[in-house]
Amino acid sequence: MIKRRSWWLYAAGIAAYLFLYLPLVIVVVYSFNDSRLNAEWVGFTWHWYGVLFNDEQMIEAAWNSLVIGLVTSLIATVLGTLAGYAMYRYRLRLLPVLVLTPIAIPEILMGVSLLIFFVMINLTLGMVSIVLSHIAFCIGFVAIVVRSRLAGMDESLTEAARDLGATQWEAFRLITLPLIMPGIVAGALMAFTLSIDDFVITFFTAGPDSVTLPLQIYSMIKIAVTPEVNAVSTLLMLLTLVLIVAATRLAPGAVRGE
Amino acid sequence: MSPRAQKWVISGPPLGYLLIFFAIPTFIMVLASFRFAGEFGGLAPLVGTGNPDELSGLTFENYQRFFEDTIYLELFLKSFIYATVTTLLCLGVAYPLALMIARSDKRWRELLVLLVILPFWSNFLIRVYAWMIILGPQSGFARAVNGVLGTFGAEPIPLLYSPIAVIIGLVYVHLPFMVLPLYVNLEKHDPALLDAAQDLGAGAWQRFWKVTFPLSLPGVYAGAALVFIPALGIFAIPDILGGTDGILIGNVIKQQFLDARDWPFGSVLSMVLTVLAILFAGLAAWVARHQRI
Repeated sequence: MIKRRSWWLYAAGIAAYLFLYLPLVIVVVYSFNDSRLNAEWVGFTWHWYGVLFNDEQMIEAAWNSLVIGLVTSLIATVLGTLAGYAMYRYRLRLLPVLVLTPIAIPEILMGVSLLIFFVMINLTLGMVSIVLSHIAFCIGFVAIVVRSRLAGMDESLTEAARDLGATQWEAFRLITLPLIMPGIVAGALMAFTLSIDDFVITFFTAGPDSVTLPLQIYSMIKIAVTPEVNAVSTLLMLLTLVLIVAATRLAPGAVRGE
Repeated sequence: MSPRAQKWVISGPPLGYLLIFFAIPTFIMVLASFRFAGEFGGLAPLVGTGNPDELSGLTFENYQRFFEDTIYLELFLKSFIYATVTTLLCLGVAYPLALMIARSDKRWRELLVLLVILPFWSNFLIRVYAWMIILGPQSGFARAVNGVLGTFGAEPIPLLYSPIAVIIGLVYVHLPFMVLPLYVNLEKHDPALLDAAQDLGAGAWQRFWKVTFPLSLPGVYAGAALVFIPALGIFAIPDILGGTDGILIGNVIKQQFLDARDWPFGSVLSMVLTVLAILFAGLAAWVARHQRI
């Protein structure tokens, strides 16, 4: 077998990685730049992080995002695990469609249809409507991870437990659940990340008193950009990085949606 | 518990949740596209309230308006062109990258794939905002580009708030969706096929176009669908990086719901977008299935 790696393939590949990472690196670098303009490197400063931590609106938005992310990931993990298990165990027609379509269609469609729905049922737009919407699009991601984890599991283990006298529930609780736990935790981390990062669906389902971190970043980008945006972006990227690397460790392949 | 009851206990909660918070809202949107706008925006109540200013019942008026005024069809066409260009550029950037990962040593592959995925998981707005910095008039990049243009005697062009910026943003945000299906496909190719082609006298160019590329078409279609469909409905990228004439259909949907508050018409536009999304997903699936290799 001949090794096939030509220099131009490497060159194009490395160029693609640069294209992926350079913009993010620039955001991080400029968050330490001692200038109001995102134009030239002037000198190192922690100033914009100081501004960030004294920005009450930003702190409140971060707090809202955190609460929404935690509640969303908790509920979406339970529902998504059930969905993944059901899709693995039974031949279902409706559930897979409902679980996977929200992931496949343009996000704006889910955003506007939920907006009409919440107004129609007289639910005040706010934290509750955001959480309800986030759960709806996170269930699918958790379900996919859990199902792929179940598909990789050795079925004979549960059969052995049943042969040894375990009830079905005991076999699930003592054998299946511990085995798929890494998948469930990875799903929970993914749901939390998706919720904290979501902009489009939140944009349509948020009320005036429920500004999240992405919504706050959006209004700063649209109205007046200061390097404070770079600082909050850097911290948010760091958080995402930690969560996703952890999820990858727990369930390799999960983050790729395999 | 009977197996049947058990099945319902397990699948019931997620099924119920998604019926309420996905299926029903979608159905209401379909209904809303046949309704009248309310007196103060939003939707008029379905059953007449006795208020003569409010209209109840169903209507085709909104759909008529959509087909009579060509501006909306033109916007869909424009969004279609933007999504197509984005898909092709993504393919051009993603293909060599996916091929490089698939042909690198096994122990590096996982890391290289992770490096493609990480930017996808970082915040969408931040990734768009990064290009605001790079393309902004003060940036080194914009000045360099205009410096080069200047030496050819061309007028300086604004990079930010232009169609170029929107396309760059679209490609940047959707790139990982193209790389992953391509990689998953390319990784499975049997290297012996290329050896055989070479033994039979095929050059590098022929080996690629006659062996590797045709075999990778299912990955190409999957990636194209994953890029094209979300790109069709995007509103935040033209909103942030585009100019005043850079709006796409997603921006008009947003406008109808949040600014004009004409929900029935916004629903019509969303319906057309939904139909297009389903059509292209179906097309990609059909082509992938009927492909003979």
